[in-house]
Amino acid sequence: MAFVLDLYAILRDNWLLLLIGSYPNGPLGGIVCTLILSVLGIVLAFPLSVLMALARLSSNRLLNWPATAVVYVVRGVPLLMVILWVYFLVPVLIGRNVSGFTTMLCTLVIYEGAYLSEVVRAGILALPRGQMEAARALGHSYLGAMWSVILPQALYNMLPSMLSQFVSTIKETTLGYVINVQELTFAANQINNQLLTKPFHVFFILAISYFVVCWSLTQLAQWLERRIASKRRGVVAKPGTKARAAALQAQLDH
Amino acid sequence: MKGFDLLAILLNPEFSRMLVHGLGMTLVIALCSWLLAMTLALLLLTLRLTPSALAQRAVAGYISYHRNVPTLVQLMLWYFGISSLLPGNLQGWLSEHSGEALFSIVALGLCQAAYFSEDLRSGLRSIPDGQAEAARALGHGFVGSMRHVLMPQAIRNAVPALVNHSVSLFKNSSLAMAIGVVELTHAVKEIESQTFRAFESYLVATLVYLAISLLIMAAGAWLGRRYSVAGAR
Repeated sequence: MAFVLDLYAILRDNWLLLLIGSYPNGPLGGIVCTLILSVLGIVLAFPLSVLMALARLSSNRLLNWPATAVVYVVRGVPLLMVILWVYFLVPVLIGRNVSGFTTMLCTLVIYEGAYLSEVVRAGILALPRGQMEAARALGHSYLGAMWSVILPQALYNMLPSMLSQFVSTIKETTLGYVINVQELTFAANQINNQLLTKPFHVFFILAISYFVVCWSLTQLAQWLERRIASKRRGVVAKPGTKARAAALQAQLDH
Repeated sequence: MKGFDLLAILLNPEFSRMLVHGLGMTLVIALCSWLLAMTLALLLLTLRLTPSALAQRAVAGYISYHRNVPTLVQLMLWYFGISSLLPGNLQGWLSEHSGEALFSIVALGLCQAAYFSEDLRSGLRSIPDGQAEAARALGHGFVGSMRHVLMPQAIRNAVPALVNHSVSLFKNSSLAMAIGVVELTHAVKEIESQTFRAFESYLVATLVYLAISLLIMAAGAWLGRRYSVAGAR
């Protein structure tokens, strides 16, 4: 009981800091900053990921190899290392210092771009081959068929996976704490440093806040998945492509 | 900016010692939390297969919590939060015996157990019901049919996902830096701040991480081929 009262007291005194950081007097922070960062990250990563997926599926080695290399490097290196690289390289490349927020945003675009490209690729591979063949037979060029036949279907089918990727992005923004981006984790640490005596309470609140946001989105993704599956029930994929898509999907759930 | 000189770091006895120690700590954390995660995952899977609705719901809650809360926050909750609830003499003992490493092993292990147990469960679910029924009809008990018939197939089906989550566990070991564990990422940041050779020091760490991750992926691909059964799904 005392625990709940303590939680309430901490929330009552600090809810604004958790929500928007020290906003009017400082940068926008807290959970709003976390959400802005993750939305911007995934929105900017999306076009990049489509291009990378197309490059990976291309038979041209000049496109295929670099894209594959980027995906493997990103999959093999911790996000924290990517943050350190961006933190160091971006100011060198553009010749002036950038904020922690921009650093984190660039990192997320690179990292999520690579992971999302695997989602898009899986979506394209999961479609029956006949779709591409029929579009080509109707006179579309390869890119035209991609643009008006393949991608609309692939991206629609992959909406639930993209939403899961968005949840991953939200979870990844916590690492902004390491380079002093004033997002939710940073705000919680600020509160903890002021109170000093109630670390469990503060980090419990932090964990629950993330849980509420991410859990709701996960539920939404599951609902979307059921809906799309029932819509597609008429469409039958070839058995081989379905197994392949399932294997790819298993790889993506990281 | 100084010119590129990788050897200035690699041949310096102090820095190379820091790198080796950091890598050692990274590997210790990754291996210990992997073992903890796998043990716990099997336990969670067993609990989930019991007919008790309470046990099933508890496991589902455990998995949901660990998948929807960022790993860094879980680390912080353990290191700053739960450690503060422990009795005083235990806290003292922990801070003298690198408690931050212990807490990061526990936090990463508990977190990854949720992913591993889901991988195993979906591996198990992909086996046709007839397999379990046939095993029971042949006289195996629940444990026997699990041990000899279902689990060997389930693990085979789960290998790709397990390998990917092992790679992400290895990558997540770098988060321990945020609570002060002196592992590889911590070591290169330290070297960078002493030498101002960011490019060289990050390059070393990146290559090491990449090499080990690719090794895990390659080992997984080999395992998948080695133990794949013709016609099995």
